[in-house]
Amino acid sequence: MDIMQLVVSGLANGCVYGLIALGFVLIYKATEAVNFAQGDFMMLGAFITIWLVNAEYMGLNFWVAVPIAIVMMGIFGYLLDVLVVRRLFGQPQIAVVILTIAIGFVLRFAVGAIWTHEPQLLETPFAGGIANVGGIVLGYEEIAVIIVTLLLTGFLFLFFRRAKLGKAMQAASQNQLAAYYVGIPVKRIQSLVWALGGAVAAVAGILFASKGAIDPSTGLLGIKAFAAAVIGGFGSLPGALIGGLIIGMVEPFAAYALPAGYSQIAPYAIMLLVLIFRPAGLFAQMQNKKV
Amino acid sequence: MRFVFKRSYDDDIRLFKHRPQMFWYLALLVLVVALPWLLDDFFLGEATNVLIWAIAGMGLMVLTGHTGQVSLGHAAFMALGCYSNVILLQNGVPFIIAFPLAGLITGVVGVIVALPVLRLHGIYLAIATLAISVLSEDIIVIAAPWTGGVSGLSAPAFDIFGVSINRYGTPDLFYFLTLGVTLVVLGAYRNLMRAPLGRAFVAIRDSEISAQAMGVNITKTKAISFGISCAIVGMAGSLLGLFAGAFNHETFNIVLSIQLFLMIVIGGLGSIHGAFFGALIIGFLPQVIAMTRDGLSNIFSLGSVTIPGIESGVFAVILICFVLFEPLGVYGRWVKIRTYFELFPFYRKGMFKRQKSFLKTERMK
Repeated sequence: MDIMQLVVSGLANGCVYGLIALGFVLIYKATEAVNFAQGDFMMLGAFITIWLVNAEYMGLNFWVAVPIAIVMMGIFGYLLDVLVVRRLFGQPQIAVVILTIAIGFVLRFAVGAIWTHEPQLLETPFAGGIANVGGIVLGYEEIAVIIVTLLLTGFLFLFFRRAKLGKAMQAASQNQLAAYYVGIPVKRIQSLVWALGGAVAAVAGILFASKGAIDPSTGLLGIKAFAAAVIGGFGSLPGALIGGLIIGMVEPFAAYALPAGYSQIAPYAIMLLVLIFRPAGLFAQMQNKKV
Repeated sequence: MRFVFKRSYDDDIRLFKHRPQMFWYLALLVLVVALPWLLDDFFLGEATNVLIWAIAGMGLMVLTGHTGQVSLGHAAFMALGCYSNVILLQNGVPFIIAFPLAGLITGVVGVIVALPVLRLHGIYLAIATLAISVLSEDIIVIAAPWTGGVSGLSAPAFDIFGVSINRYGTPDLFYFLTLGVTLVVLGAYRNLMRAPLGRAFVAIRDSEISAQAMGVNITKTKAISFGISCAIVGMAGSLLGLFAGAFNHETFNIVLSIQLFLMIVIGGLGSIHGAFFGALIIGFLPQVIAMTRDGLSNIFSLGSVTIPGIESGVFAVILICFVLFEPLGVYGRWVKIRTYFELFPFYRKGMFKRQKSFLKTERMK
């Protein structure tokens, strides 16, 4: 049963990584830019929720606060694109990378200045609840994390496959000029994607903060989510989730099987191997143009 | 307006374009050499710090500014240089051998790392090097028998030809040591960019396909660039270790990597000047912030307010402003101002306008 317990805790962690990775992939898939601040978005979303929910701040009802926080992060993402990122439209990708790294620094500083650098825990109605499924002890938070992640990934996957807006987003990324030709408002689409990225980050943040305490430097977790996105193949939504799950699963097992110190290396080592031997990731998006 | 007439092909690769330029650089050199007599020990230490950052910046500039390969993991190589230098010193190797050897080790390791990693492009390369930086912290902890693990190492006393150099005891000697290394690296870098190899770097940055068409071996040249870059950064790391006195795995963390990269972006990618401007900003920013804070709290009598992490916050805001409004960095701004006066009154607004292009995905070939 020890093994099963490890699997379950790995699953829950992996889902959070997967959710952050989902944010990366969303923005990359639709704007070809990599948002290095996605981890910090998640952290900001978590802190906004903590600020709304926790008794020492606003003390709102959890179920009222969560949609507000998600919408706020969506607006934040939208405004960030309209006011800042859009100015780099048409410039090399690396400019956006530098910009988002800097935004990450600013967010970490701002959150630390507003809500202090102390680790804080989100007060959720399902905190402390435990379900015993066939001998495996599951916290309610872990169940919530797994369910929400699966639902969200499925929703986004279908959104990009079926919805007109989702297809427009993919088109805008594949060839901006051609997208303009067929009448897609590329810039507005990109802002909407940033809003979506912000909202997904908020969900990830809420789940993360309900599982364990969060502090401003948690944003650096984004790097681990990077590993997840790369393993899954940057640009594939289910790939991001599976990459996250792989990272989440590898961690507890590495900690279990390997001597201390080696276990932190495992996720990055896997990522490097994937990058070197299969740069397109496990779920390759690379394809040759059909003529 | 000044007209420089070129009379031979050598004029294109001369170190100094014209005499006034030579004069100003010599004046700068005199000023830099005279600094220990002009500044007190504290500011001399700061100047040394700036020079170390400038060396590291030049190292990364070779790779990012001139070869166009983004690395977010150069702190790992700083760490490698630092640790190998100190370990060599501890084993009785004299500094004059240990220091270049540390650079060489870092360079060789850099080439070995580069061969698989440099197959990646753009963002993927950035992510891979980021992973290297994260990994290096853990590797330092694992290699505890050599590196001292979490508790770290402290730099031993060292001397050059019997003259003992110490950051606190003889700050002026340490400054001259750093200045000497800076000048050597600067000279080597400047000459590299005049040589065929340096031109091959720039050709790769501007277009890999056309570089290949001109007969440049892309893989080999990129690997050499990575190696040179790592060697220089390794030397900067060694100096930083000696300067800091004590260091452990957290000294060379991922934030340092990113800061190094951001520094050369602020300074101005693609110019050696950029490394120095960036180093000046990163070196003096904490002092400027502290002075501003003290000044403000004196004016408004707030008492001493400390906001943790304000340095990186302000640094990031400056960076955002540069990326948005002056992508060419401080050096780019300086060139624009100079051009304005040189061409007065013929400067046009669009002279430095960058070409914008519509993006296409890299996932469809």
